[in-house]
Formats: sequence, structure tokens, C-alpha cells
Amino acid sequence: MERHVLAVYPHPDDETFGKAGTIALYTRAGTPVTLICGTLGQMGRNMGKPFFATRETLPIIREKELRDACSILGIKDLRLLGLRDKTVEFEDPEELADRIYEVIQEVNPSVIMTYYPGYGVHPDHNAMSAATVLAVKRLPKEKRPVLHCSPIVDNPHEVFGPPDVVFDVTPVLDIKMAAIKAHRSQSEVMMARWEREAAQSPEARKQFEAFMSTESYWIYPIED
Amino acid sequence: MGPIAKDEVQKAIERFIGKDVYLHLETTNGAYAARQGAMAVCAYIRNGKVQFHRGLITGDGPYRVGLKMDNGWIYAEGLTDYEIDEQGRLLLAGHDTEGRLAVALELSEQPFPM
Repeated sequence: MERHVLAVYPHPDDETFGKAGTIALYTRAGTPVTLICGTLGQMGRNMGKPFFATRETLPIIREKELRDACSILGIKDLRLLGLRDKTVEFEDPEELADRIYEVIQEVNPSVIMTYYPGYGVHPDHNAMSAATVLAVKRLPKEKRPVLHCSPIVDNPHEVFGPPDVVFDVTPVLDIKMAAIKAHRSQSEVMMARWEREAAQSPEARKQFEAFMSTESYWIYPIED
Repeated sequence: MGPIAKDEVQKAIERFIGKDVYLHLETTNGAYAARQGAMAVCAYIRNGKVQFHRGLITGDGPYRVGLKMDNGWIYAEGLTDYEIDEQGRLLLAGHDTEGRLAVALELSEQPFPM
């Protein structure tokens, strides 16, 4: 069992899409999870389907969605950094690392979840994970938590080899789906597309179910 | 926010003429566009302080807005929806068929929150 898990992501919903099952498994096993969320996803283009958010109401809506998802997933410790969507990579990485380092010192995690540095597609993902690596490097080697990273690539097995950590999240699939639905403004377009595809083809449904029930991570090797 | 009522938007634009106003102007095709074979493109300015002396909404939907300044122009195309919120801010946005925001132009006499 992990001592404490720290998740470090830039946007509300990053902790849920592709990772909610893992977090639910941790909290169900009694491992406390702390989530650092960098921004409020102010610049997201998904507004719900049909859209119900505006550019100005989106951060308020997304903060509420995030708090709801946290309570569904059993995350009792949420830290908002107050940064702005799309601008994380322009902040001073050492300052960002300072803030992550403080939380690491405080909660002493055995595992940190973040995007795979350099493979996050979204520049905010890469900036947050790079700052996380900077923060972890400040710890003496023997005290470093393990970094469980999510790459966003089409063929992660080809790029990185088999995943280092694989969770079968079937036992908590209902919790995962509830967390996805809690991020309504961001998930409605995607869910509508999935449901349309699943209704048309049993093969697509099977693929979707397999995709939802497994969550994989690659351990980032910290070099210094 | 709902479908643009051209006359209402025109009246709202005119209320900002000659004043120092804060502008939010944005266009985006999403941070993941590159994964769908396109190029991810986005530009935005938030709280640009501007003044314009002529402003129009044109087209039959989606609509265009042009605001003429002493030394330049502010322009947006593809606008579909509008709202004048309780703070008197004019919010204009263009949504695609999935309801995703593709373009936004907003005017306010007070800075937009960061």
C-alpha cells in the first residue's frame, strides 16, 4: 500500500480522464491522495453539449466540477495554484517547482502522478510535469517518490515499451464514470461521441470498455 | 448565452464607443488539434485596453464584428452567440456544431478577472 499519493496536473479533469480509476483504487485502499491543480482550465474550448458555459463562467463552473470530482474520488486535499490556462510554460519553472516541493515536503508521498515529461501534448502538461521533476530532484535520491507518468501518444507501448504500472479499474468503474460525468462541461462532447460509436458497433463498445477499465503508467527515470 | 440578436449586439457595441474598454479576443482550435491531423492554433489577448470610435456587427450568421480604432482595427469572424451579462459586459462567441468555442470577442468597462 502506498503511504500517500500526490497528483500534479494543470487542469481540472486531468486527474479524472484516464486516471480516475487509479485514484479511486488508492483512496478506497485508505491511501490519502493530494491533488495539485495548476489552473482552472479557463481557456478550454469545450463548453458542454449543448454548451452552457461562457468564457467568463467557465473557470467558476470548472472549479465546482473539480471539487465534485474530488469528493467522488475520495480526494480530501486539493491545492489550487491559481495559474492561468495555457500560460504555465511561461512561468518561472523554479518558482513552480518551489510550490510543488513545499507540498512534497508536507505530505511525503511515496508516489507522484503526473504527465510524462515531454510527452503531454498540451504545453501546460509538459510544464507541470517538468516542474515536478525539478522538485523531486531536490530530494536526496533515497527519499524520492516514484513518478507514475501518463504519456499522451498514440502508441505508448512502441515508444516506451510495456507500462511499468497497470491498474485494472473494473472494481471502481462506476466511480470513474461518475467523476467523468462530474466534469460535465469537458466530458459531454466526448461522452456523446463514445455513446454514438458504441451504439453503432459492438466492436467499438468492446474497445471502449477495455479502454476504460485499464489505466497504465510509465515510471519516469530521474537522472542527475 | 444564446444565438446572436444582431440589433441587440449592435446597441451593446455602441455603448462602448469612445470609452476605455477592456478587450478579450481569442481564437482557438484546441490544444489537441495536432493529434487530429491539424495544427494547434490559438491566439488570445486578455484585458487589452482599447478605445474605438466606430463598431459594427455584420453578416447573416455566423457574424463578424469590426471595431475601428484611431490607429487600427479589432476584428472577429465566426461569431454565433452572445450575452450581455449582469455586469454589462458584452460576450460574443463562435461555437462549432459540437458547441465548442472557436472564437470569442468580449468587451467590458472593468478588467476581466485573471
